[in-house]
Amino acid sequence: MAAQYQNPSEYISHHLTFMSKPVAEGGFWMLNVDSFVVSILLGFVGIGFFYWIAKGATAGVPTKRQAFVEICFDFVTEQVRGIFHGDPHKFVAPLALTVFVWVLLLNSMDFLPVDIVAWFTHFIPGGEHGFRIVPTADVNTTFALALTVWLLMIGFAIKVKGAGGFIHELFCAPFGSHPLLWIFNLLFNLVEYISKPLSHSLRLFGNMYAGEIIFLLIWLMASAGLVGTFFAIPLGLAWAIFHILIVALQAYIFMMLTIVYIAMAHESH
Amino acid sequence: MNLNFTLIAQALAFGLFIWFTVKFVWPPLLQAIEARQKNITEGLAEAEKGRNSLVEAKTEADKILADAKARAQEIVANAEKTASTRIEESKGSAKVEGDRIVAAANASIQQEVQSAKQQLREQVAALAVAGAEKILRREVDAKAHADMLNQLKAQL
Repeated sequence: MAAQYQNPSEYISHHLTFMSKPVAEGGFWMLNVDSFVVSILLGFVGIGFFYWIAKGATAGVPTKRQAFVEICFDFVTEQVRGIFHGDPHKFVAPLALTVFVWVLLLNSMDFLPVDIVAWFTHFIPGGEHGFRIVPTADVNTTFALALTVWLLMIGFAIKVKGAGGFIHELFCAPFGSHPLLWIFNLLFNLVEYISKPLSHSLRLFGNMYAGEIIFLLIWLMASAGLVGTFFAIPLGLAWAIFHILIVALQAYIFMMLTIVYIAMAHESH
Repeated sequence: MNLNFTLIAQALAFGLFIWFTVKFVWPPLLQAIEARQKNITEGLAEAEKGRNSLVEAKTEADKILADAKARAQEIVANAEKTASTRIEESKGSAKVEGDRIVAAANASIQQEVQSAKQQLREQVAALAVAGAEKILRREVDAKAHADMLNQLKAQL
């Protein structure tokens, strides 16, 4: 594939170009169609699978599919129970399941060989200049997830403590309620509220982006000739196998942080 | 790494997926799992109950069996006792009957002997009278000599 590229940096930059379409005037109003469509499709696949099983769920002997879904259900519920001291079934556990399943599927797109995917995406109108298949390697996707969780976190904090309690905590925690400490408390809390979505989203983005780049570098080596191909195959295999761990671990970490943030919002100081 | 409208679109999609899972995916799963947990709990309790009643039934059966055995033995012993009593009774009554028959036979023999003796006596008396008649060549007045004749009879 790389034969059509002038040099290695063009190969990589080509693979790192989003399929962006403007939806309105202005630099911000661009939609990364690739990230958006792939993530929506995978959301339908993942959540749809769970919905399909949940609709036909029986209290009797479960099918293998249902048993699998129930293992996921149990796994997520146990994680939530360990962190969140409320009824997990009302909101937090379904939220965690959605996050886990979705992020896992989005991350898994990294396993698809980029150049083979490119054969097909080139046929998509507008896809010939780049189509990125891994939505979590798009900072927009991870920010969207983290910001939604962030909004939920603030929403729950206000719901649990009331608007007054929330503002009181902004000024009076964690150092104390002395008026001289208000400004420090507020600064501390602002840093915390800003750092949470940043670390939440950038951790996932960084891992997936780096994984994608390393794959690209390995395939770039493969395109350099027969010897390169010979070395690239075992390297690609090794990185793909190691990447299984990263994909699952990052999905798990993203889910755990979501639970932790929501659980922290429920606790008053 | 440039932020754009994708962020908002993805956040909306994510929110909708969360809503969908909370509303439509989680509750039926929870319901099915809780119903199964309840079923299993009940099933285990039932099994425990069944085990207990099995033990009870076994004890009960053993007791009934032992009772029946004892009763059978009692009946057999009773029957044996009754049988031996009956045999003893029959033996006794047979002996009594036999004795009675023997006694009756003896009595009738005695009677026969007596009557035979009587007949003999009378015949001897008649013969004696006839002999005396012959000797006296005349008829003996039976009436006149009745006393004598009777004495004779008695002596015979």
